[in-house]
Amino acid sequence: MVSRVVVGAHYGLRDWLIQRVTAGVMALGILFLAVYLALHPHPGYEGWRALFSSGPVRTFSLLFLVCLYYHAWIGVRDIAMDYIKPVWLRLLVHVLVILTLIAYAIWSVQILWGL
Amino acid sequence: MKFRIYRYNPETDAAPYMQDYEVGIGHGMLLDALLLIKEQDDSLSLRKSCREGVCGSDAMNINGRNGLACITPLSSLKEPVELRPLPGLPVIRDLIVDMTQFFKQYHSIKPYLVNNDPPPETERLQSPGEREHLNGLYECILCGCCSTSCPSFWWNPDKFVGPAGLLQAYRFIADTRDQATSERLDELEDPYRLFRCHTIMNCVDVCPKELNPTEAIGHIKDMMVRRLV
Repeated sequence: MVSRVVVGAHYGLRDWLIQRVTAGVMALGILFLAVYLALHPHPGYEGWRALFSSGPVRTFSLLFLVCLYYHAWIGVRDIAMDYIKPVWLRLLVHVLVILTLIAYAIWSVQILWGL
Repeated sequence: MKFRIYRYNPETDAAPYMQDYEVGIGHGMLLDALLLIKEQDDSLSLRKSCREGVCGSDAMNINGRNGLACITPLSSLKEPVELRPLPGLPVIRDLIVDMTQFFKQYHSIKPYLVNNDPPPETERLQSPGEREHLNGLYECILCGCCSTSCPSFWWNPDKFVGPAGLLQAYRFIADTRDQATSERLDELEDPYRLFRCHTIMNCVDVCPKELNPTEAIGHIKDMMVRRLV
């Protein structure tokens, strides 16, 4: 195989944009939690249970977590692209990170809905 | 004034080392001091040409920060003044680096006007407002201070265009006389060529001409978003 440098994958904008949008969603989520904790300083087990038994809170929490995982994927991929040079190792890391994050997403649904 | 200067001659030295110098000078620019040092020791190698911040030859790492020796006042420097070659590029000798990679990236963005219309009798006109957009872009002297202070360029100098190249890319994207805007954006729509920029802003910090490559990169991304949605 020739060792010429290849660039031109023609993607990047969408990920960059998604990283910004997901950051916005997470900022809203953190703000919501901060306001909730300011109003209920010591929620206790019952308080948390009541909060997370509401449908919209569960849905938004899942949205928050999915945003977190997508955001993390782009960030971790960027780090791997900077520091991991052998292509096979980088591909392996990419695949492992994706599978781990998908597993986290499935686990998040189980936790939020108490399945 | 005391100086510690990076010395390396690949033909005779096994490894780079720092050499101390002292010269009786307290005012003027760093380049003046370097020329006095060169009178003491003519084996010290450095590039210089216009000695007034226009040619960009004498870019180097001055006390840990990239800059041009010819426009850096000695009075602004803490002693001993530590001078090293621009980081991230192969050293040819002492303070001289091999800029091939840097210029390769610069050429990759096609740094010339692409216009397929027949040239008019006099010139291709722009309104004053259109011309205004080129301010802060065309002034780049390609000294390499910004790209060699950019960690993204250090890690991927062969794939990431770097702040200097991207500033010039935007200079032609912003030019109303250029007809290759879409092709230019296509060629930058790449995880390495443009999107290695993580807005670290070392480029803005060191630019001796006080230009803002980060802002130009932001404008390129804005234009890509506008094209996408």
